[in-house]
Amino acid sequence: MYVATKGGERAIENAHAWLAEERRGDPDVAELGLEQIQQQLSLAVTRVMAEGSLYDPDLAALAIKQARGDLIEAIFLIRAYRTTLPRFGLTNPVETADMACDRRISATFKDAPGGQVLGPTFDYTHRLLDFKLAADGDVPDAPRADPRMEPTPHITTFLQREDIIQPEPGSDETPGDLTREPMAFPADRDIRLQSLARGDEGFLLGMAYSTQRGYARTHAFVGELRIGKVPVEMEIPELGFAIEIGEIDLTECETINQFNGSKTQPPQFTRGYGLVFGQSERKAIAVALVDRALRWRELGEDNLGAPAQDEEFVLSHCDNIQATGFLEHIKLPHYVDFQAELELVRKLRRETMGDPQEAAE
Amino acid sequence: MSAYNFAYLDEQTKRMIRRAILKGLAIPGYQVPFASREMPMPYGWGTGGVQVSAATLTPEDTLKVIDQGADDTTNAVSLRKFFERTAGVPTTEETTKATVIQTRHRIPEVELGEDQILVYQVPIPEPLRFLEPRETETRKMHSLEEYGLMHVKLYEDISQHGAIATSYAYPVKVAGRYVMDPSPIPKFDNPKMEMAAIQLFGAGREQRIYAVPPYTQVVSLDFDDYPFEPTKADHPCDLCGAEDSYLDEVIMDDAGTRMFVCSDADYCRSRRDTGHTVTAIGGTV
Amino acid sequence: MNTATRSVFDGGFQDPPKDAARAFRAAMRAMARPGDLNTLTGATPPAPLSQAAAILLLTLCDPDTGVYLAGPCDCEAVRGWLRFHTGAPFVGPAQADFAVGAWDDLLPIDRFRIGTPEYPDRSTTLIVEMPLLDAQGAVLRGPGIKDRATLSLPDVRAMQDNSVLYPLGLDFFLTCADRVAALPRSTQITEV
Repeated sequence: MYVATKGGERAIENAHAWLAEERRGDPDVAELGLEQIQQQLSLAVTRVMAEGSLYDPDLAALAIKQARGDLIEAIFLIRAYRTTLPRFGLTNPVETADMACDRRISATFKDAPGGQVLGPTFDYTHRLLDFKLAADGDVPDAPRADPRMEPTPHITTFLQREDIIQPEPGSDETPGDLTREPMAFPADRDIRLQSLARGDEGFLLGMAYSTQRGYARTHAFVGELRIGKVPVEMEIPELGFAIEIGEIDLTECETINQFNGSKTQPPQFTRGYGLVFGQSERKAIAVALVDRALRWRELGEDNLGAPAQDEEFVLSHCDNIQATGFLEHIKLPHYVDFQAELELVRKLRRETMGDPQEAAE
Repeated sequence: MSAYNFAYLDEQTKRMIRRAILKGLAIPGYQVPFASREMPMPYGWGTGGVQVSAATLTPEDTLKVIDQGADDTTNAVSLRKFFERTAGVPTTEETTKATVIQTRHRIPEVELGEDQILVYQVPIPEPLRFLEPRETETRKMHSLEEYGLMHVKLYEDISQHGAIATSYAYPVKVAGRYVMDPSPIPKFDNPKMEMAAIQLFGAGREQRIYAVPPYTQVVSLDFDDYPFEPTKADHPCDLCGAEDSYLDEVIMDDAGTRMFVCSDADYCRSRRDTGHTVTAIGGTV
Repeated sequence: MNTATRSVFDGGFQDPPKDAARAFRAAMRAMARPGDLNTLTGATPPAPLSQAAAILLLTLCDPDTGVYLAGPCDCEAVRGWLRFHTGAPFVGPAQADFAVGAWDDLLPIDRFRIGTPEYPDRSTTLIVEMPLLDAQGAVLRGPGIKDRATLSLPDVRAMQDNSVLYPLGLDFFLTCADRVAALPRSTQITEV
């Protein structure tokens, strides 16, 4: 008898029911609340917001719960939701110089106005499993100090005054948006930075690492890394002025890179830039390194053929939702194409071997 | 799902897709870039086709969705359900009753009519992509009508294998100008592309839409001494006896007994419903 | 509708998602089958816009598309109506994605974008308001046409010149009252 190996509606429904059961796990164990995810898995929430490109911690927590902790799946849920949202308008550019910094470090100056603020970092923790946490998560209060009220100037502004670093002139042009316009190459830097900010942390980490190991090396100093809250303002046409509509957490990294120059142009440091939602410093640093590598043409450097210099390669492959969809689609039935290949290989074998009987096996 | 708009997409997105479809029809075979949206199914699973269908469907349409020629393959079931929920349009498994057919990897066996629209899901829209990975380069080649690389590839096949070693996604030239990827349909289906229906192609991840208007010349690339050959398994269907349909090969038992059945499930069923049967099923070993 | 009391808010689609879907189907059929006459109904635009031209604009235009209004079409009634119903910015011919007007008002047509060799789609679509539109006149051949079609064209020579630019060129919708036909750049035209 011919048994169709085809799935049907019932198979799909049953699979979904099983999935829901697996997601919940043992019902005797307390169910995970969204507040718990938001509060205690906040860096996962941050990553889902950054790569989902939607700043909404509640929805990100829901997505993480629904995706059973698979962050790429959670990012996908957020992206699919985001695309259905109407656009009410555009905010003013955020001013990161006004950031209320929880963390602010520079690897280039021992001290500078605003100081070195370590903030809530893993950096100097010894990576020893804390078995106490398994039983009891109570923590003593961290010591407190008065927050700095005045703005913290960017480190690069001090170099700028000396004209020793390549300038980044401001612009009133509305930046492009790759979620509204199809990507075209070569892409401008605004689109590149948007693409990288949405890009997969792991992919960008690998790309950035490759530049450090010598594939288009542009030795990078972390000029500054800052994490904190910035106000978001929007012009309301009816009011005629901008009002603050909320605050968001951002991580910003500016690298100071090896200088270039020529006989006519005195040497100057160059820069890379990364800006990411939430506390995502690995990602922000990686974006800054990759941004810097992609700027080779603009900065008059040679194309060394390094992967991180290749804009089309980097931007076409950094989106994990595109990548995972296409990678996983090979699970779908391909029997029509495979059948076509099967017939072709049989035919070619028959012609090569001249033995129709054997070829029919 | 009532929180979502008719056919899921918001109107601005539909307009953007509709503009791309019109330009695609005006320049047959040319890939129009469009700002593909994230859909609630993964890239690579039909997001391009779904967006094109969503921008094309009217409340009066009857939709058919097939994958590998069949209506009951899991992804076809899933996509059909999506449109039932978001557009509320009636669906059918009968090719002749459908006004919009979304397909992955097949063209139905029954000749399509003027009132039908065939929407293809396309994974890699660029026929030159496997020869040249860079979009900047392939775009230039299309603009210059520089398709030598493709002919070199086909010719290298001949010198290595004695035949063109492309059995699906076999490249075509449309209206004498653009070389186009017909999506991964078996080359058996290529000759059907000169049809009365409108053919629309959607590649979501790659952000491209292209089209072939009715009665447009579609030529499979070949050489005078190695002409294009649409091929299929050299068997009749073991269920309905059809000699002219594309076949799936099914492994029946541990001994490897094979059976061949129509890939187009509706075609096979309608033939059996009208009395075409095979009395003794003889598998081949 | 009483013209004295009508405002820019009147005369748009009743049920935009569904009306636009139906209108697009007619527009797509027209573009896929050059010369084929289709009907567009369901909106009542201000004069001098025809119903068909207005529905094309409602269906295809929004804040992302520049619209050029030619001749008497460029009036406050039409501007206000389109601004409210589409949000499309009004632009000059060189920036237009869509241009609408009578043939003589659209001239010279070399003011419009014909696309670039790498992006031939970046070209203007002209919506030509016709005093008469029927399936008689120049002979059309090419993609979308079984054997041949005939259509009344505003200027055969200009349209032949346009098709020579293929794959670059302009695409035309021809409108008259509630009827629309299309003439894409891919169509070859011969005078009878």
